[in-house]
Amino acid sequence: MHQPQTPEDIVAILTDAAARKATVEIVGGGTRRSFGASTPDAEQLATTALSGIISYDPAELVLTVKAGTPLAELEAALAECGQAFLFEPNTAPGSTIGGVIGSGLSGSRRVSGGAVRDHLLGFEAVSGRAERFKAGGKVVKNVTGYDLSKLMCGAWGRLAVLTEVTLKVLPNPTQSLTLVWTALDDAAAWDLMGEAMRLPADVAAAAHDPQRGVTLLRIEGFGPSVGARAILLKGALARFGVPQEIAAEEGALLWRPFANAAALGQSPTIWRLSVPRKEGLGIVHALARDGGQWIADWAGGLIHHDTQSDPAMVRATVTAAGGHAMLLRAPDDVRAHVPAQHPLPQGEAALAARIRRAFDPAGLFETGRFLDQPHAD
Amino acid sequence: MSIKMPEPDQAVLARRDAIVAALRAIVPGEGVIDSERELTPYESDGLTAYRQPPMVVVLPETTQQVAEILRYCHREGVKVVPRGSGTSLSGGALPLADAVLLGMGKFNRVIEIDYDDRLVVVQPGVTNLAITRAVEGEGFYYAPDPSSQIACSIGGNVAENSGGVHCLKYGLTTNNVLGVELVTIEGEVLRFGGKALDGAGMDLLGVIVGSEGLLGVVTEVTVRILPKPETARALLIGFPAVEAAGQCVADTIAAGIIPAGMEMMDRPAIHAAEAFVKVGYPLNVEALLIVELDGPAAECDHLIDEVAAIAQRNGATTLQISSDEDERLAFWAGRKAAFPAVGRLAPDYYCMDGTIPRRRLPEVLQRMEALSQQYGLGVANVFHAGDGNLHPLILYDANQPGQLDKAEAFGNDILRLCVEVGGVLTGEHGVGVEKRDLMPEMFDEIDLKQQQRVKCAFDPASLLNPGKVFPTLHRCAELGRTHVHHGQLSFPDIPRF
Repeated sequence: MHQPQTPEDIVAILTDAAARKATVEIVGGGTRRSFGASTPDAEQLATTALSGIISYDPAELVLTVKAGTPLAELEAALAECGQAFLFEPNTAPGSTIGGVIGSGLSGSRRVSGGAVRDHLLGFEAVSGRAERFKAGGKVVKNVTGYDLSKLMCGAWGRLAVLTEVTLKVLPNPTQSLTLVWTALDDAAAWDLMGEAMRLPADVAAAAHDPQRGVTLLRIEGFGPSVGARAILLKGALARFGVPQEIAAEEGALLWRPFANAAALGQSPTIWRLSVPRKEGLGIVHALARDGGQWIADWAGGLIHHDTQSDPAMVRATVTAAGGHAMLLRAPDDVRAHVPAQHPLPQGEAALAARIRRAFDPAGLFETGRFLDQPHAD
Repeated sequence: MSIKMPEPDQAVLARRDAIVAALRAIVPGEGVIDSERELTPYESDGLTAYRQPPMVVVLPETTQQVAEILRYCHREGVKVVPRGSGTSLSGGALPLADAVLLGMGKFNRVIEIDYDDRLVVVQPGVTNLAITRAVEGEGFYYAPDPSSQIACSIGGNVAENSGGVHCLKYGLTTNNVLGVELVTIEGEVLRFGGKALDGAGMDLLGVIVGSEGLLGVVTEVTVRILPKPETARALLIGFPAVEAAGQCVADTIAAGIIPAGMEMMDRPAIHAAEAFVKVGYPLNVEALLIVELDGPAAECDHLIDEVAAIAQRNGATTLQISSDEDERLAFWAGRKAAFPAVGRLAPDYYCMDGTIPRRRLPEVLQRMEALSQQYGLGVANVFHAGDGNLHPLILYDANQPGQLDKAEAFGNDILRLCVEVGGVLTGEHGVGVEKRDLMPEMFDEIDLKQQQRVKCAFDPASLLNPGKVFPTLHRCAELGRTHVHHGQLSFPDIPRF
């Protein structure tokens, strides 16, 4: 395990690894090891020593940190100033900000507040060429040069080792209210979430859990506004019944099962399906034939499912509906031959491979985890 | 004009007739323009100081035609400059003498409106405002609102990652686009993103947005629409000093309030706007702030009171609160007319677009004033105060010998200043031609080469919009092979403009 203390150390490690034709896997908190095939041959590079806040100015809405900083530390620092990451990072204990960016996964609030990709303003990194480079900026509004920050979100460590990242942070809403409907059937839940999102009620999150029989809407903001929007929603959605109203901390507990698909517990297999919202219902019906449990978030546009169905069938079903299916967790033997990432059509896949070569010409980061590496050119 | 464009390829110019004939075979009838008189309207975009008639203009109507045109140009080694409505303020659509200008204006259909998934699928030539017009009957709108929204196309917005006064709260184009169809220079039709929130694999959509026409030609765009807020109200606040106005902005955000819009004008801009539209702006203040809140009436009322209190604490000398829609629009009328208003102060003006950390505003304005004295040119400032995006308007007279060059030099100094205080060269107008040669102020050689390698992955022969964004034209094969040490150029023979 390589444990660089500085970006220069990373340059040295990558240069050496390239000379030995070794492959390198970047590890932050190591909380996403269930994703992708195992990589027994890769050397691990831990970013944990690159940790700490470099600058944080709440009034500028900008936070610059070293990439290995534990997320919990950042969330605590933000909370002290009444701010937060609006995309609700998808985390487990120990997650680092670099891992959050590398995986690109966002939580329930993504449907209103945007994803990780919408909040990374700039970064410094060491590419697979063992070169230090930077992109983006440290202000909230910037279009200077290509937006390489977007590429880093969800790159899973295949382009560069992030060393420093600058994120947009926003005020944490002072009040939060969750409206809870119980015992709606799935079709009604989908209708409810769809109608809620079409109202000018600024719904922050909308989710449905058929196991617990709850359908949730979250509204956030200043007190008078939250109250007014609750009235609007209850009136417009009266035909679904009268919801319970759960505030603050108790409400947060209701959302916890949706974060990281916690509701599906220790299921050996978990799919993450990102789909057009209104197609979500058809997809859960199609997958229901083989059983399994699921939860829906993003007003129906994100489904976590523990189906044991044939992966090819799952992907075909989701692709036909205009979505994609990520295999978030699976037994080793499945991960060894089913790609974790949804396979792209040929042209898009070839372009993505060329982009990877643009950052990593020798395939230093091609560890085999994603089962799709074409040859370095 | 002080910025050099790549030398025209004489071999291509010599084949002009054959190229025109080949384009006519792909796009019949009036879709190919080659007469000198008809090419003139295409010779510049919103950056009118730069003019160059294109070799030929082609106006395709289908994705198939775009693919065939690009395939042909790729095979024949002919450069292509894509163009939307031609409103770019950075010269992104400036033609080249030896390039085909690919106009996307005929792609003007709204393809699909889906209220359930809250999205609209449009062709790229549809104007920004037309998207809102298409959905406002159902209570929806498209949030990014560049000031040219009546004319600018969504394809151009995608290319430039356009902003607008509402982007602090609602994001830039990149935060509101769900998917695109893109034709590569090789004529391949690819799709990125779609109707789902997260796309599959690497976020190539994210790098396509804002790529200034250098990576491909967008032929379809899927955008997110939002329910129109129930109400919007605004405050018009005058301050005796820029520092106080800046502190009011900082305190507002520190109070957890992200206004829908937060605009600042300095004294010259206030006076110019008031003289032009006569909406009752106070003239005895140094800075004027327009703060707009939107949402449920209860929210607006609550936040209006909060912001008013913050303004009072920061020594506001005038404070008006809009009581109805007419008054709100009157507050905006001066700001929205600020550019033409300033245009009356001098024969020409040059609009800059840097972003700074807001806390540095007083210092930046002071140093800008010193530069104004030094160059002997006036400057008025309008400013997206919430996100630190400055729009200094430099006043000059292009008919006076040397004044344009002076204005450009002044502008470049302002942008260098923005970078020096921790900001960036462009907040929303793009690099284009205008800021191309300033890129090394922000990025070193390795940073720029890494960006160009992304370009090479899309367009290995560098045929799409060359001469924009990058100060040095590298050949892709060299970028692929060389290992460059910090700041040291390996290929001194490569053309630099």
